[in-house]
Parts: sequence; C-alpha cells; structure tokens
Amino acid sequence: MKALLAVIRRDLLLAARRKSEVLTALFFFVIVTSLFPLGIGPEPALLKKIAPGVLWVAALLATMLGLNRLFAADHADGTLEQMVLSPTPLGLLVGGKVAAHWLVSGLPLVLLAPVLGLQFDLDAGALGVLMIALLLGTPLLSLIGAIGAALTLGVRGGGVLLSLLVLPLYVPALIFGAGAVEAHISGLGAGGHLSLLAALLALAVFFAPWATTAALRIALE
Amino acid sequence: MSNRLVHWFKFASPQSFYPLAGKMIPWFWALTAVFGVAGLWLSFFVAPTDATQGEGYRIIFVHVPTSWMSMFIYLVMAAWAGLGLALNTRLSGMMASALAPTGALMAFLSLWTGAFWGKPMWGTWWVWDARLTSELILFFLYLGFIALQAAIDDPRRADRAGAILALVGVVNVPIIYFSVQWWNTLHQGASVSVNKAPAMAQTMLWGMLLMALCFWMYSIAVALMRVRAIILEREAHTEWVKDLAEVKR
Repeated sequence: MKALLAVIRRDLLLAARRKSEVLTALFFFVIVTSLFPLGIGPEPALLKKIAPGVLWVAALLATMLGLNRLFAADHADGTLEQMVLSPTPLGLLVGGKVAAHWLVSGLPLVLLAPVLGLQFDLDAGALGVLMIALLLGTPLLSLIGAIGAALTLGVRGGGVLLSLLVLPLYVPALIFGAGAVEAHISGLGAGGHLSLLAALLALAVFFAPWATTAALRIALE
Repeated sequence: MSNRLVHWFKFASPQSFYPLAGKMIPWFWALTAVFGVAGLWLSFFVAPTDATQGEGYRIIFVHVPTSWMSMFIYLVMAAWAGLGLALNTRLSGMMASALAPTGALMAFLSLWTGAFWGKPMWGTWWVWDARLTSELILFFLYLGFIALQAAIDDPRRADRAGAILALVGVVNVPIIYFSVQWWNTLHQGASVSVNKAPAMAQTMLWGMLLMALCFWMYSIAVALMRVRAIILEREAHTEWVKDLAEVKR
C-alpha cells in the first residue's frame, strides 16, 4: 500500500512539474466541445440532445492524449525496468500509475464537464448525472487505456496505433456514460446505466492492471 | 515437461507442422469446392423465392456465413493466442496472425453484403442496428490486432503483444455486443430487425449451412497457406527450410 501511494505521489509530482502537458489535454477537451455547436448550429434543443454524446466523446479523446506518456518516460529512463524488478507486485505499481493518470487527466474532466454542460443547456439534474457518469467512467478509460499504452510501448507510430487499439474498447463506456445522461433527460432514470458503468469499472479494476503488467513484461523483455 | 508431452506436441514445432499443413491444404480446398458448389446450387436453384423479399434475399447465403465466420475466427484466433501465451509455443502465435486477415476479410464481407441486402430490403445501406454496429467494432478489433502486429518488428514480441490484445478483445466482445444492443433499443424502437424475419424454409437453412461449411473450409485452407508462408519467413535462417525442395528450386 505504501508503494502504491509512493507511485501516485511521484507521478503527481512529475505532472505538477510539467503542467503544460496536463493543461493541454484539458484545453483540448474544452475546445473540442466548443467546436460542436459551431459545426452543428446554435439551436438549444438540438444541442441539449447531443450534449452527453459530445462531452463523452471529447472526454474519450482527451484521455487518449495523455495515455502515450503513461509509461513512455519511465521506459526511456529505465524506471520501468526497476519497477518490474522490484519486490512489490508490478500490478500494484501499475495501479498507482493508472490512479495518478486518472487524477491528472480524468478528475479535471469530471470537474470541468458541468461548466461545459451549461453551454449545452443541460439542467442541474442532468449535470449531476453527467458528473457521476464521468466519475465512474473516466477511471475505466484510464484502466483500459493503460493496457493499450503498455502494448504500444516503444512501438513505431505508437500514438496513432494506440487510438486504433483502445477506442473500440471504449465503446461500452461511451454508450453507458452518455446513455445515463440521456436516460435521465428523457425521464427513464439513470440508475441502470450507472450501475452497469460501475460494474464495468469493477471488472476493469480487477483485470486491467493484470493485462497491463503482462503487456509491460512483454515490452521489456 | 515429461517426455510424454513431447510426442503430443510434435506438431507444435513449425518444422513438423509445415509438411502436415501442406498435405492438409488440398483436402480443405476440395471440401471448400464441394460445399461451395452444393451450397450455391441449393441457394440459387433450389431455394424458393422469398415471398416478401423477392430474389434479393439470396445474398444472405453469403452474408450469414461470413458473419458467423468473422465471430468464430476471432474466438479461434484468441484461443491460439492464449495457447501461445500459456505454453510459449511459436506455432500458436503464427496461427493467430495467419487467421487475423481472414477474420477481417469475413467481417468486411459481412458488412458489405449486409449493405447490399439492406438497400433493397430496408431502403438504406446502413442502419445503426445492434448487429451491424457490433460487427463494425469487431472489424475494428481485427484491424487493431493486425496493425499492432505489423508495428512490432520482433515477431515473438508481436505474437505475445497481439495475444494479449486478442484476449482483452475476447473479453470485450460480449460486453460490446450487449452494450450496443441496449444502446440501440434505447435510442430507436427496432424499426428494422433481423430477428423478425419470417421463419426460413428448410432448403434455405440447408443452403446457409452448406455455405457456412464452405466458408469454414475456405478459412482453414487459407489460414494454413498463410501459416506456411509465415513459417518460411520466420524460419528462413534454419537448415530444414533451406533443405526444402520448394525453397531450393
């Protein structure tokens, strides 16, 4: 547990020293969501309808941006090899790195999403559901993304390849996440969607670090 | 590993599998031809014209088997990949990468023929129906697998990285399928549904089954040919490959 916290603290510190990388992803999120009304038109009814989908797709893409760097720097300076060799289970260390990635790139999206949701004329209830859905969904994105990041570590054209590998796997998160908000707006209640999202998160917390460590060991051998 | 296992795994070595595959390929081609001729004859000349869909429905004799094969091949591919990870056999990884292009082809054909079927039946090339969407995502998963293997130069690492991706994909395929299905039912009432097609005539079912067998045998034959090519490519430095009659020629 101590090792887990140490990895989280270290990665957060590193992120704090390089603020621009974190902020770039955040501004990307803001800009992409602002582009949709410009492309589609300013009708409030239409914007309200597409808002959950737009915000979620933008969140998917914004999380993708930071994934490349999840293991790359540690791989380059040899830290990753030391982690593999350390007596602490690699899965725990990977979990720490994923948690730090989420704190840096997922949590800000959750906090920022209501502000952007206001631009799309979502009411308070819908904004709340959107936040809960993102709160459950963004860790899922970080966990699945870590598998892709580990698989493409040190591979030619890793960035584009990463999106090709990971985006199809993001489909369930997108469907249930955006679906929760839509279900709430249409009066169906978001409970079912949120439960499914939480179930997916529980599955991913268990399996994703395991798959990620296997992929890392392959990348490093 | 006891000695007994060595006999069991005799054909796990590329050297002994290569000639075996060579002997099997003509048989699978022959079976492909037999099932194909029988299936096409049944589906074009024997199966009755559909009362509601006319002659156009006959594309399902290609469409349904390719959809089945696209899903089945992904499972087989993941099974080979998992076997390769667990037992560390080289041939398993080669089989997985030999199956991937065929699976992608089947998924593509299934989407393409589906569009051809949809245009006259539903009046549109594409609907965001649950089956279509999940088939499309399956196609993306195949492409991801192929792209990942192509991007890694070391074949052993490519095999093992691809294996993990295939296994992650196989866990995800049912999740994706059900999520898309629920998404679909929430978004739009099932305006078009494959499920509600009228009960099939017996001959149609037989035609479809024969065509499915034909595509199955074709996939095996092509995968074996591809795995032979991969073996030659990867084992090019070995003595036994240099001694092969077809290499010396």
